[in-house]
Amino acid sequence: MLSQVDALLLARAQFGFTVAFHIIFPAFSIGLASYLAVLEALWLATGRQVFLDLFKYWIKIFAVAFAMGVVSGLVMSYQFGTNWSVFSDRTGPVLGPLMAYEVLSAFFLEAGFLGVMLFGMHKVGPRLHFLATLMVALGTFFSAFWILSVNSWMHTPQGHGVNEAGQFVPLDWWAIVFNPSFPYRLVHMVLAAYLTTALVVGAVGAWHLLRDRTRAVTPDNEGARTMFSMAMWMAAVVAPLQILAGDAHGLNTLEHQPAKVMAMEGHFRSHPDGAPLVLFGWPDEAAGTVRYAIEVPKLSSLILKHSLDAPLAGLDTVPRENWPPVPVVFWSFRVMVGLGFAILGLGMLSLWARVRGRLHDWALLHRFAVLMGPAGFVAVLAGWITTEVGRQPFTVYGLLRTAESASPLSAPAVASSLLAFVVIYFAVFSMGVIYILRLASRPPHRGEPGVEPGLPIRTAGITPAPSVHPDRVLHPAE
Amino acid sequence: MIASIDLTVVWAFVIAFAVFAYVVMDGFDLGIGILFPTLRPGPERDTAMNSVAPVWDGNETWLVLGGGGLFAAFPLAYAVILPALYAPIVAMLLGLVFRGVAFEFRWRDPRHRALWDVAFAGGSVVAALAQGIALGALLQGIRVEGRAYAGGWWDWLTPFSVMVGIGLVCAYALLGATWLVMRSEGALRDKARRLSFWLAGATLAAIAAVSAATPFLEGKYWERWFAMPGVLLTAQVPLLVAVAAWAFYRQLRGGADRAPFLIALGLFLLSFAGLGISIFPDVVPGRITIWQAAAPPASQIFMLVGASVLIPVILLYTAYSYWVFRGKVDAAGYH
Repeated sequence: MLSQVDALLLARAQFGFTVAFHIIFPAFSIGLASYLAVLEALWLATGRQVFLDLFKYWIKIFAVAFAMGVVSGLVMSYQFGTNWSVFSDRTGPVLGPLMAYEVLSAFFLEAGFLGVMLFGMHKVGPRLHFLATLMVALGTFFSAFWILSVNSWMHTPQGHGVNEAGQFVPLDWWAIVFNPSFPYRLVHMVLAAYLTTALVVGAVGAWHLLRDRTRAVTPDNEGARTMFSMAMWMAAVVAPLQILAGDAHGLNTLEHQPAKVMAMEGHFRSHPDGAPLVLFGWPDEAAGTVRYAIEVPKLSSLILKHSLDAPLAGLDTVPRENWPPVPVVFWSFRVMVGLGFAILGLGMLSLWARVRGRLHDWALLHRFAVLMGPAGFVAVLAGWITTEVGRQPFTVYGLLRTAESASPLSAPAVASSLLAFVVIYFAVFSMGVIYILRLASRPPHRGEPGVEPGLPIRTAGITPAPSVHPDRVLHPAE
Repeated sequence: MIASIDLTVVWAFVIAFAVFAYVVMDGFDLGIGILFPTLRPGPERDTAMNSVAPVWDGNETWLVLGGGGLFAAFPLAYAVILPALYAPIVAMLLGLVFRGVAFEFRWRDPRHRALWDVAFAGGSVVAALAQGIALGALLQGIRVEGRAYAGGWWDWLTPFSVMVGIGLVCAYALLGATWLVMRSEGALRDKARRLSFWLAGATLAAIAAVSAATPFLEGKYWERWFAMPGVLLTAQVPLLVAVAAWAFYRQLRGGADRAPFLIALGLFLLSFAGLGISIFPDVVPGRITIWQAAAPPASQIFMLVGASVLIPVILLYTAYSYWVFRGKVDAAGYH
């Protein structure tokens, strides 16, 4: 019995770990693919060298991030079967086809055109190459569409029946795909991906602008200035939209998964005449209270119900065995929201800098932007933890418990595979992050080279570089 | 009812097609990885790597389709097979992690290139071996109770499964070697020719050994191969393998560039057909048929609408991508 419990906990740890690692890369590559498409479109439309330079600068980073996303995603597609076989058997008829659509419409599109996007500029010409970039960007969006539909159905299942084998079977595909939480989740996640990428691009631009200040002669830093400006526009425009989208998503959650919102808010008790907003505190599940709470009276009712005195039910109305782990949900939610407002602050500050004409030489703003570089990733992970831990103790909300979803595996099997994943992921993906940082630590320059497998050989002097590089023949450097 | 039976068979063939597409396409790029230690660091390895760099990602996507398709079309089979093959599948995934990132990382870090070359080769060997072992374990039969796997987590490890694993490593290496014959020039092509000669021998020996052992694993396999009048048809498979083997060596000695690769693909197709004869219409051999494991018709139809449009489109743009990167490659990449 004990070992069953251990195996379940280990399987959850394994899924949580592999998905947390995986989600970082798509969150970045969804945004970066769109950014690359925008850069290439601007280059084609204006013919300005800086857009092509930035395209080639970021595509090298995209290639590394994308490879890590592919291999960590491959793991996910098998985790359902290896570790959650009962879940797979039960939900396969409903969720399997959605995932099959993700593979058919998204993964093949990305993979099919990625080669042309990375290596094919001078093989197919600029216009077809732009089409390939668009297809890759479209693929990342399709992928988000389908996998978030799957994920949303697990939170707000509808459009299904149950057959004699206990499987969920589809009755209405439209209702399944466009289940109640899906539109909110999709908008919230895609905006998060754009913000995450904008913060990374902004931090890299700011880093190079800061470094240039320390030099005697200011080098030609048009690339750094352009990327910083574009990123700050994104932050200023998307951050407010994201806060609105998050609010709408929260109201939707209140409607369909009230226990999750109770945990996010730290509302153990019901409040018949206006619930306070708990800013901080330490949720104590055993005592059923938030210790050391700092509260704003009635604000929670105002946010969630748009009325100061609206009654809000608490976890005391939910059977104890259906509670999500309150402290995790409570704190991860605060991390996400806190970072969301910090991102809004950066966006607003950049607008102020623009008005004053100091966007490119205000060191304080640049330092803030560098600091906020990883904020998108942390916010995405925190939001992910909030919503998925908030779904517990169910895999299919209200219908299939997590404890009943796992594979009949012994604890040692799951423990050893978990250990292997942890060791190898940290080793491999930290190297990948180092390579990305190394690429980003060089400033973009005129005549930026693209992704070139052969580059190291040429720089070693076997072939004189400019004579064989067609892109440079078309667009001479300097 | 008739419609649902037909759809199940249709889906069995779609999944089989995805798995076959995966095996031959990722087969040659895994093969490049397996052969990596025999190639000299520098231009030889760079050329070999460049010949698959633009297409490996698409090749691997067929594995996701095979897994995802099984989950969607035969959820019960997915739920039984994956826990049964837990260790080899986890090993395969981790192997693919190493070799997948090596494609990018080795160019980004010249000082540690030797290390990423080891990761590329090691990951490829582990992934190929694990896939073969998984196939062997599936063929020898897995224990099922109710709707779940009921065996232990070392059941997959037997001399037979290891033999299939080693056989698949040789066969992927053969695909990789003949791919290099087709895509490279000069000394590298000569080396790939010599490797192809020996690897074809090893592959044929493995095909013979697995074919000889398989009918004794499970009573149904014997019937499916040797019962009259089916034997008149099934007997063509080993005959064709013999013809293909003869043609392979003839073409290889004759100095052909493309024919060895195409004939090696033919060998894979024949082996795959042989597996199909053994297994069909089961999905978990001897335990669960495709009809028992099938998702309801509503799921099958919904997917078939998409698959019948999207798979031809995928094949078109995959072909386009291969066409863009056609021809001989060299160490400097696609320039």
